[in-house]
Amino acid sequence: MALLMAIGIGVLAAAGIYLLLRPRTFDTILGLTLLSYAVNLFIFSMGRLSVGRAPIVEAGVSGYADPLPQALVLTAIVISFAMTALLLVLAVRANAASGSDDVDGGEPPRDGPR
Amino acid sequence: MNHAPIVPIVLPALAAALMLIDRRIASQRMLAWVSMLLLLACGAWLMALSADGWRGVYLAGNWAAPYGIALVADRLSSLMVALTALLGVIALGAAHRRWDTRGEHFHPLLQVQLMGLNGAFLTGDLFNLFVFFEVLLIASYGLLVHGDGRPRIAAGLRFVTLNLFGSALFLIAASLLYGVTGTLNFADLSARMPALTGGDATLARAGAWMLLTVFCLKAAILPLYFWLPGTYGAASPPVAALFAVMTKVGVYAVLRVFTMVFGAGAGALADVAFPWIAAIAAAGYLLSMFGALAGADLRRLASMLLVGSAAFLLIGIGLGTERSIAAAVFYLPHTTLSAAALYLVADLVARGRGETADRLRPGPAPLRPAAVGLLFFATAIAVAGLPPFGGFIGKAMLLASMLPQTGPAAASVGPLWAVVLAGSLFAMIALARAGSVLFWKSDGAPVRGVAMPSLRELLPCALALAAIVGITVFAAPLQRYAQATAHELVAPEALVDQVLRTVPRAGPHQPRPESFR
Repeated sequence: MALLMAIGIGVLAAAGIYLLLRPRTFDTILGLTLLSYAVNLFIFSMGRLSVGRAPIVEAGVSGYADPLPQALVLTAIVISFAMTALLLVLAVRANAASGSDDVDGGEPPRDGPR
Repeated sequence: MNHAPIVPIVLPALAAALMLIDRRIASQRMLAWVSMLLLLACGAWLMALSADGWRGVYLAGNWAAPYGIALVADRLSSLMVALTALLGVIALGAAHRRWDTRGEHFHPLLQVQLMGLNGAFLTGDLFNLFVFFEVLLIASYGLLVHGDGRPRIAAGLRFVTLNLFGSALFLIAASLLYGVTGTLNFADLSARMPALTGGDATLARAGAWMLLTVFCLKAAILPLYFWLPGTYGAASPPVAALFAVMTKVGVYAVLRVFTMVFGAGAGALADVAFPWIAAIAAAGYLLSMFGALAGADLRRLASMLLVGSAAFLLIGIGLGTERSIAAAVFYLPHTTLSAAALYLVADLVARGRGETADRLRPGPAPLRPAAVGLLFFATAIAVAGLPPFGGFIGKAMLLASMLPQTGPAAASVGPLWAVVLAGSLFAMIALARAGSVLFWKSDGAPVRGVAMPSLRELLPCALALAAIVGITVFAAPLQRYAQATAHELVAPEALVDQVLRTVPRAGPHQPRPESFR
């Protein structure tokens, strides 16, 4: 499970960073979203991976899942959700203002190397 | 339990919420002034309390320290809160009846920004620091694009993207530290850090470096400063003036985390980043001053000087001695206020010059050349850190703190002296060039049809300068305060102890964390 988790986080982060480096705002936003997924899974795994364990203290139960990373992930999800929404608004505004979805607000030259 | 530490967070949050109920601009303005003046009073109160050695540990939700979120108001936090409130008053004065009508919700955004700043300065918890970073950033995005305009939107887009990437790094670093220590409270982290060995220590070191990267991104330190000139240049002047304290949040975070958590007592991780911080900051300082020399307009010049001011503070912090940190703490309010004043002067200069605006080339003369010129002259002296203003004392304190060095650090004294002195000289040259071009090389009459800036519009800038004069006049008490702050920072054991020993208030619903152990 740990290996699967690590590969999943790695692939998400790599795809996210690749998209983040692209010159279009839409790609950038998708990249940030993927990156935040990777980060959330990473936070989750920092509470140690366990299966079928409760995060709530009860009498007669030994072995718990760590509840704190779950709370942190919840906070991080809410924040990244709000940020993505804001970024989308900005991207749409920038697109309307400049007629291009290039991050620098202008079309790159068509001919010649980019 | 004294409730003072939570007031600077709750007050602007309350004001922002009330402003959304009654959305008329006049009542928003009135609320903004009430909240801002109360904040200033609260900042002064916190500073007065902590000057006597008081430290406020506030257990939010009445949970004992490592379990709940603790707010900590020590000397450094109180100073930052007071400085933020002062800048808030200046920014509000500059925005009043001019910039705040260019779009909706200027005042609520400003209040939320202040809440985020104060929260970041007062929190005693790493994850909570992340949350307040996000609060202040999301408000700053709103303030940045306030009043619209194409360059502002484009600058905002890049600023948001970069900061979201920074947030991702911050989260990875925080969860790494949680993974190896099982805590996020600064005091508890500090207490547990010495016990880390082997692989755990390596992971924590990776976390420390990622945190340093994020903080340097916020503080705009080389090589992560490239976002600042475009962003701050595009913001409206009052917002840019308030943003002068935003890079100081990064500086504050470095100072707090790398003295308290990764300080001298951190075992395998002791002083993990200190030798590097000073080196990076020195390179950044020199480079930003080159940038100032090459600045094509006054705003870009101000932005590069702002980058330089954060780098200068980090030189002092990175040296890591009590005296050098005292110098940085003393210099911090002065440099923040003078950078804010420079942004406001740039706006006043640009208004009368029509198309030429604040570009550094001959054009129409600025309106009210005597008054504006005098403000520019005083601000330039303050920014360059020349006598008679207090910044000079800060620079002298930093240079003096390097002097009686023995051991391996002695070799770095010469280069650092050279960097600080050469950087100051470059700043002086850049400002002198800008002033002579703007005020003396005018080619004809001022542009017609532009309202003369009233005396009231000069007031915010004059207020910033008055505060700088105040720092100069009360240099001795402030210097004692800075020295006590530095003493507290290099030996955080007492603070750690106090945070972890603070007991929740007794009551019928008092949580009992003992049952979880």
